[in-house]
Amino acid sequence: MTTNSQMVTIKGTRDGLTLRLNDQCSYDAILQELEEKLSVSGTDADQPMIRVTIQLGNRYLTDQQKNKLRDIVREKQKLVVEQIESDIITKEEALSWKENSEITPIVKTIRSGQVVEVTGDLLLLGDVNPGGKVIATGNIFVLGNLRGIAHAGYEGNEQTVIAASYMKPNQLRIAGQLSRAPDQDSEGVYIECGFIDEQVNAIRIAPLQEVIKLKPDLLSFERRMLNG
Amino acid sequence: MGEAIVITSGKGGVGKTTTTANLGTALALQNKKVCLVDTDIGLRNLDVIMGLENRIIYDIVDVVEERCKTKQALIKDKRFDCLHLLPAAQTSDKSAVTPERVKAIVDELKQDYDYVIIDCPAGIEQGYKNAVAGADKAIVVTTPEKASVRDADRIIGLLEQEELEPPKLVINRIRNHLMKNGEMLDVDEIVNVLSIDLLGIVIDDDAVIRGSNKGEPVAFTPDTKASIAYRNIARRILGESVPLMNLEEDPGLMTKVKKFFGMRA
Repeated sequence: MTTNSQMVTIKGTRDGLTLRLNDQCSYDAILQELEEKLSVSGTDADQPMIRVTIQLGNRYLTDQQKNKLRDIVREKQKLVVEQIESDIITKEEALSWKENSEITPIVKTIRSGQVVEVTGDLLLLGDVNPGGKVIATGNIFVLGNLRGIAHAGYEGNEQTVIAASYMKPNQLRIAGQLSRAPDQDSEGVYIECGFIDEQVNAIRIAPLQEVIKLKPDLLSFERRMLNG
Repeated sequence: MGEAIVITSGKGGVGKTTTTANLGTALALQNKKVCLVDTDIGLRNLDVIMGLENRIIYDIVDVVEERCKTKQALIKDKRFDCLHLLPAAQTSDKSAVTPERVKAIVDELKQDYDYVIIDCPAGIEQGYKNAVAGADKAIVVTTPEKASVRDADRIIGLLEQEELEPPKLVINRIRNHLMKNGEMLDVDEIVNVLSIDLLGIVIDDDAVIRGSNKGEPVAFTPDTKASIAYRNIARRILGESVPLMNLEEDPGLMTKVKKFFGMRA
């Protein structure tokens, strides 16, 4: 039974417990051993809840299997599963992750009535005319005049920004926020960037240099550009 | 083999029909064989502006439904032998007209004429699709107003999906004093937004309205600004390079004299 004892390794850390599960044996064998191991030590009612991290190594579990694992850990001891880590993701997840971090360049004038929708970041070389609309799940960068509507973070990412060489939009939308042009006629602004200001929880427009300091996520754009 | 040019705008009332009539006239003045085609079925106007209303016997719906030959429906202009009109029907029975049928008619006309100019109805529905079907080139007419520039932008977007050359722009009904005060969009601003080539600018001129009511396109008489503008556009279509018209009014004699003596005008 020596091999059995190595399937689940329990380690105590500052943040709680880490359960490392062997990734070479069967799932059922792991469940069985886990139940045995956890029922050995007695429960002390005065103890606070202990947070547990489960490391799967090179094993992929479906959501159902993960829930089963959580249930076992929870019911045996005063333990709560904080996270389940795996080195493996499905092809589907990988593709959507890649798509969402990709930059799509488009060379076109977006005219009234036209809608351009991309997954990930949009780099538009051209204008967005009044009545035209650009949508991206990531950031939007317009090398041209933005006079229409731009919607960044379409699926809810509030960290995204909208930047344009010349900014005079009808509307800016970021995730669930919306801001519109003032009613009185106003001049546009050059090389500015719209973003969600968390302090006032609304969309603000500021010079691009300032926004980069406020949104450190933008730096990953640079890296993606180099990788892509 | 000639070429077919559609005159379109999206918005109504910006001067598509007037532009069609005047460009036809101006091209005929240059001894080109021109046929005007009115596709605004149910609301035909081109025949009125050309002064040919009372000569209509057959129309484009008759041609489509094969009640007559294309040549029988054509009306010869009063002033030019080389200018003809294919009128639209005034009855509302327009379901018979399809893009394929219009294309066939335009292709047939292109055999005999240097230019086939198609007057497009307002809007972006069936009538627009019919008008654009047979065209090789497009001219977008707009006025210096926000609403008509928006619609022109929409139309340019739709035209880009067709197999046409990039459309050219005509800015119509320019009022110089409003443009100078900044109360009207100026020419550069419009060209900047629409980002297509400018074919010509036409000043808002009373003579245009007078001509339309008389049934004589203004381009026929040589002495008005609008007439010169239309003739310049025709020359540009023929490939000449003609500078854009100066919008400034001619200074009067007194101003010139004052200027000569270094006084402020």
